[in-house]
Amino acid sequence: MPERKTLRTSVVVLLVAALVLTLIVALAIGPYPLNWADVSRAAMRLFGAGEGTASPGEVVFVRVRLPRVAAAALVGAALAGAGTAYQTLFRNPLVSPDILGVATGAGLGAVLGILLSLPVAGIQGLAFLLGLATVALVYLISAALHGHDRTLVLVLSGVVVGALAGACISLVKILADPYDQLPAITFWLLGSLAGVKVGDLAVVAPLVFAGLIPLVLLRWRIGVLSLGDDEARALGVDVSRLRAIVIGAATLMTASVVAISGVIGWIGLMIPHIARMMVGPNFDRLLPASMLLGASFMLLVDTLARTLARIETPLGILTAVLGAPFFLWLLARGRKTWG
Amino acid sequence: MPHLLAICLLFLLSAPLSARELGDATGRTVVVPDRVERVMAAGPNAAVPLYVLAPAKMVGWPSAPRPNEREFIVPAARDLPELGRLTGRGDTANVEVVLKAKPDVIFDFGSVAPTYASLAERVEQQTGIPYLLVDGRLDKTPASIRLLGTAFGVSERAEAIARYVEETEQLLNQRLKDLPEAARRRVYLARQPNGLETGLRGSINTEIIERAGGVNVAERATGRGGIANVSIEQVLAWMPDTIITWDANFFASHATDPVWAAVPAVVNKRVFLAPRLPFGWIDAPPSINRVIGLRWIAGLLYPDRFPEDIHQVAREFIKLFYQTDVSDAQLDRILAGAQPGERRR
Repeated sequence: MPERKTLRTSVVVLLVAALVLTLIVALAIGPYPLNWADVSRAAMRLFGAGEGTASPGEVVFVRVRLPRVAAAALVGAALAGAGTAYQTLFRNPLVSPDILGVATGAGLGAVLGILLSLPVAGIQGLAFLLGLATVALVYLISAALHGHDRTLVLVLSGVVVGALAGACISLVKILADPYDQLPAITFWLLGSLAGVKVGDLAVVAPLVFAGLIPLVLLRWRIGVLSLGDDEARALGVDVSRLRAIVIGAATLMTASVVAISGVIGWIGLMIPHIARMMVGPNFDRLLPASMLLGASFMLLVDTLARTLARIETPLGILTAVLGAPFFLWLLARGRKTWG
Repeated sequence: MPHLLAICLLFLLSAPLSARELGDATGRTVVVPDRVERVMAAGPNAAVPLYVLAPAKMVGWPSAPRPNEREFIVPAARDLPELGRLTGRGDTANVEVVLKAKPDVIFDFGSVAPTYASLAERVEQQTGIPYLLVDGRLDKTPASIRLLGTAFGVSERAEAIARYVEETEQLLNQRLKDLPEAARRRVYLARQPNGLETGLRGSINTEIIERAGGVNVAERATGRGGIANVSIEQVLAWMPDTIITWDANFFASHATDPVWAAVPAVVNKRVFLAPRLPFGWIDAPPSINRVIGLRWIAGLLYPDRFPEDIHQVAREFIKLFYQTDVSDAQLDRILAGAQPGERRR
């Protein structure tokens, strides 16, 4: 159907245009006044043509705003991508990247880091490791249980381990210093990109790409998974191996971005839905659309987070406040598109 | 239940021979025994004035002194048990544990908002132990200390402490009264390892910066001030000339960070680590331990108006308030990073 194909091409063009537009807006807005001279000097220095020392405006542009905008796009794309992978894998539209406890585990790592007064890198490292460890634990438990329905056992194990990690977070809150650590824990669990640095991106971006590569390479087979395990097996797909790869890849993407951004809900659940309404349920088209949309949405939300007031508005609050009504409106339009 | 309450009240009212009525900061009348020997602090905020006024009458700590704090606390109070908080937010004290400690009086020092007044009432009804709620704001401190002195039967000591607080306030008023608005230092409070958590203007966390004549750059948009996250871009836009932090990680790392290096306070090497021993100097808890922080910050911001050596001031404060003699080595440790120039580590 060439007509539908043109439609889909135009959707992709639209999504890319939206991303470029939000990128420009996000770069242009911020509390520190920047002018074109700062930006052009920064660009020239990038190509080795800069002279003299950097002006404060240049420092702000290169070391504060660029990394933050890049991080917002990366976090949004990664969470939406991971959400898409999980939803396809579990054939369930209610699944979010936290279904197997990665964000809760990362949250526990971060609050432990705060409790132990670790430096920022230590807090992020612990968040990343505990995020991965939580999902590994869930996977091992579900493998040991030999359930009849593998997906159900996985999800239930995720719920159980996630609840345990949540209880540990509450315990840490009780033990934390109420003047110093408790506010930090609260803010971390609500998500923020206020402290993102170039160095953080240099570590996290390769990890996200490492998680993305298998998803892209295996996109056809992952799409086949959405037909059901038996059908996929009949088509010659090694279901359990593929499932392990998808879980590993999506978990890696989520854990690495959550380590720098804190827990941000809604994106991984909502964005794949909206993308599905635009391009349909096929994984090979859904993944890029979802990631593009997630990046744009996160950029929009983060720009609001840093400009609504002098102080930062937590991202977790904004994604829900903006996302929930919009999502409801979309659902109310009554387009049943879950394939 | 109502008649049980009536019996309690009757019991309390029928014992006027050995008890006094005190009006606390909420306007409640609390009946306190004549001889108070055992006192419980409801939270960390109350533990400091209790330790300062009557260490021998403490029944325990809301949270036990940490290892690095112990050496500054008199032996009688050092090993008292940890009883938990009773202050309403995130309570950790078990009422049975409270009853087992057999305090004659429970008191809290801090907010006297209706929530806390009703909580005091509830605890009093549940335990039958009188519960005093005392205003912990900085400007109310001398009166609050005197009230506690009367309640605990340590009026003389309370008078000495209240005088010290009053004298500190008078000294600040006198030396800062002709300070032109343009000469006021612009201060940013950096919390957490990344330095991006701060207290907003008017919050209890930065009250003493403002009281010591500084301008807290983190102005609040609306409502009550509190703790907030800000972006480094916003800190740059505020251009603080002095940064006070209490985070050792931030203090150690800010100098090597190219973005913080553009902040005027960092350029001029005016980033100071707030002392935290034996109790916090600027906050944690926001109680009378902050009185020394007032002198410290005033000296940092306006050294020509406050030329006294902070070592000496701190030594006298710790002797008077915490009844401990500190050695030079201990003082150096307390004041590490808290001073400009060569002494800074």
